[in-house]
Amino acid sequence: MSVTTHGGNPQLNRHGELNHLITIEGLPRDVLTRILDTAAPFTEVAEREVKKLPLLRGKSVFNLFFENSTRTRTTFEIAAKRLSADVINLNISTSSANKGETLLDTVDNLAAMQADMFVVRHASSGAPYLIAQHLAATGRDHIHVVNAGDGRHAHPTQGLLDMYTIRHFKKDFTRLTVAVVGDILHSRVARSQIHALKTLGVPEVRVIAPKTLLPAAVDRLGVRVFNDMQEGLRGVDVVMMLRLQNERMQGALLPSTQEFFKSWGLTPEKLALAKPDAIVMHPGPMNRGVEIDSAVADGRQAVILPQVTFGIAVRMAVMAMLGGN
Amino acid sequence: MKIHIKNGRLIDPASATDRALDLFIGAGRVVGIGTPPAGFEANSVLDASGCVVCPGLIDLSARLREPGFEYKATLESEMAAAVAGGVTRLVCPPDTDPPLDEPGLVEMLTHRARHPGFAHVHPMGALTIGLAGERLTEMAELAEAGCISFGQANRTIVDTQVLMRAMQYAATFDFPVWLQPQDPFLGKRGVAHDGEVAARLGLPGIPVVAETIAIAALVNLARATGARLHLRRLSSAEGLAMVVAARESGLPISCDVTINNLHLSEHDIAWFDPHTRLDPPLRAAADREALRAGLASGAVDVLCSDHTPVDDDGKQMPFEEAEVGATGLELLLPMTLKWAAEMKLPLATALARITADPARVLGIDSGCLKLGAAADICVFDPAAEYVVSRENLKSQGKNTPFLGKAFPGRVRYTLIDGRLAWDGTGTLS
Repeated sequence: MSVTTHGGNPQLNRHGELNHLITIEGLPRDVLTRILDTAAPFTEVAEREVKKLPLLRGKSVFNLFFENSTRTRTTFEIAAKRLSADVINLNISTSSANKGETLLDTVDNLAAMQADMFVVRHASSGAPYLIAQHLAATGRDHIHVVNAGDGRHAHPTQGLLDMYTIRHFKKDFTRLTVAVVGDILHSRVARSQIHALKTLGVPEVRVIAPKTLLPAAVDRLGVRVFNDMQEGLRGVDVVMMLRLQNERMQGALLPSTQEFFKSWGLTPEKLALAKPDAIVMHPGPMNRGVEIDSAVADGRQAVILPQVTFGIAVRMAVMAMLGGN
Repeated sequence: MKIHIKNGRLIDPASATDRALDLFIGAGRVVGIGTPPAGFEANSVLDASGCVVCPGLIDLSARLREPGFEYKATLESEMAAAVAGGVTRLVCPPDTDPPLDEPGLVEMLTHRARHPGFAHVHPMGALTIGLAGERLTEMAELAEAGCISFGQANRTIVDTQVLMRAMQYAATFDFPVWLQPQDPFLGKRGVAHDGEVAARLGLPGIPVVAETIAIAALVNLARATGARLHLRRLSSAEGLAMVVAARESGLPISCDVTINNLHLSEHDIAWFDPHTRLDPPLRAAADREALRAGLASGAVDVLCSDHTPVDDDGKQMPFEEAEVGATGLELLLPMTLKWAAEMKLPLATALARITADPARVLGIDSGCLKLGAAADICVFDPAAEYVVSRENLKSQGKNTPFLGKAFPGRVRYTLIDGRLAWDGTGTLS
């Protein structure tokens, strides 16, 4: 079987509709806006006594997690269940991959179990593309793929829930200055945030990090690059912090968590350089005292818990749009 | 067997010949150019109307996958690919399993390859045992067994003392050392050029400095040891500039580029196309332009296919995990012609990079069509299209970023030692 390559955007079907959600890059603004608009009424479902809608009734959603993540898997599971889907969780890092089964063999087996949607988390950038292309090449592109994070590449539902949060608190994207702070190099969240912010018309997106945590040619993503956090935070409306993985400390990327916190940790003093009504976001789980001070994490400008709540609504919206009855 | 190749356009870059001339072959050699020798009676006449008649192509890097990787390709399948591509002579890198580090292995390979209708095969011997970069191989013995040069394939020698001694020892016998310049640390775990596309797609990067730092080291070691150095598979504009500067300072150093780096850039990775998972990585468009101009001017000596058959299982993986390499023997000619047309180069100049120039780097009397030369010949139709498809590719490896595309340049006949080995439809060995 040949490996097919796509000139166009493989997330869209031949009618230009969203068939998979793999990356935010290349999606038109109206598609992003439609997802955010669809999510809005879903936030109210959680307030009801019966927190269920029938949109995915009778559908099977497979959470295919080749890399462990309790938090993301749980939010997808809650979202799918609130849409009445049957949810099957597979932690493949601990099952078939260890028995030598290839990624596509696993996908073929699960597809044969009449899956309607795969929610995929994988350590390699591009793995969800491979799955989507394989499904298309074998005539099964009625099965939808949602990327729940692949390597350093993309985490589109996180990017979308962040946009939902910004829109909720700031209304208009076109007047904002937004800073993304921390380990940009290894962060799929940062890449999805940057593409989403640019697509939705944010005029100034900044990245703030030491040079060891920035990709080469990062400026080609259309962002302003700052190494100095004080300078980068001046006058911003939104501060998006990134999680610093502990394993980054083991190489030669950074000398210590203490020094990282001193230069790039978000403290009340540094936050004071942003606009007085600036909001602070974090995709979780947080490392208090590494990238963020507890006084900020628990402070009045933090919108970290609303992010989690909106995340379920946004994931419901994505799943309903892709596979809804 | 006497063969008359008639009505062709004879291009022999070595003698700067490019005109309508018939070619006469007898006893495996060129016996007449333009006019037959007295009393010549052909047993067979090949009509080359509309075709170019040129020396058989010489490919300085083609993996045959034997021994050890027969599930990816076999000597038979890749020899069929060679003649179908007009390639009559090739160098195979030592990264087999086990690697070509023992005279017995090399003898076995050259013995198996010595078959009428097969291209001439020159093994590149391993410079260190197991390519591990620790202990030297028996280079003199390996050379006797048939190794034409010594190298490390994709592996680097980390310990610079070992590297220097390997080059000194090779220089003792004046054996050429062929190395790919790549620092083992700076490219560690990298899978793509450390540029815009890697930044966007979140792929671990291999920076240009991984190449330039290695070139600096190798150039200095070549100067210190007197080793004859050939740099394999350059990928960057900066790297090429360093090679040119070293040559201008008097160091006799040669280099090659691959068909992939000549035509593609990082942007061709598109949506993680695993066929573009290559070593060296596809670099920025500006790098590609520099390599194209350098190959035209002769700053880059040779164009090679870097033929690397990979089975489908090795490619149907996420980009980062996919096996490295692309099939290329059958693409060497079309990719040369495409580049020549785009650069508006005379055909003779372009063909020199895959005939006379690789022969010069190899230090052998080949790649030309003078009287008395071995009749290794490629006859191709420069206007007919070659469609790169799984069906058309004779190589067992169907992995190439050019799959599904069509290019001008179709091989009509391939002759090896005066024997017809390919007639445009099938191998005749």
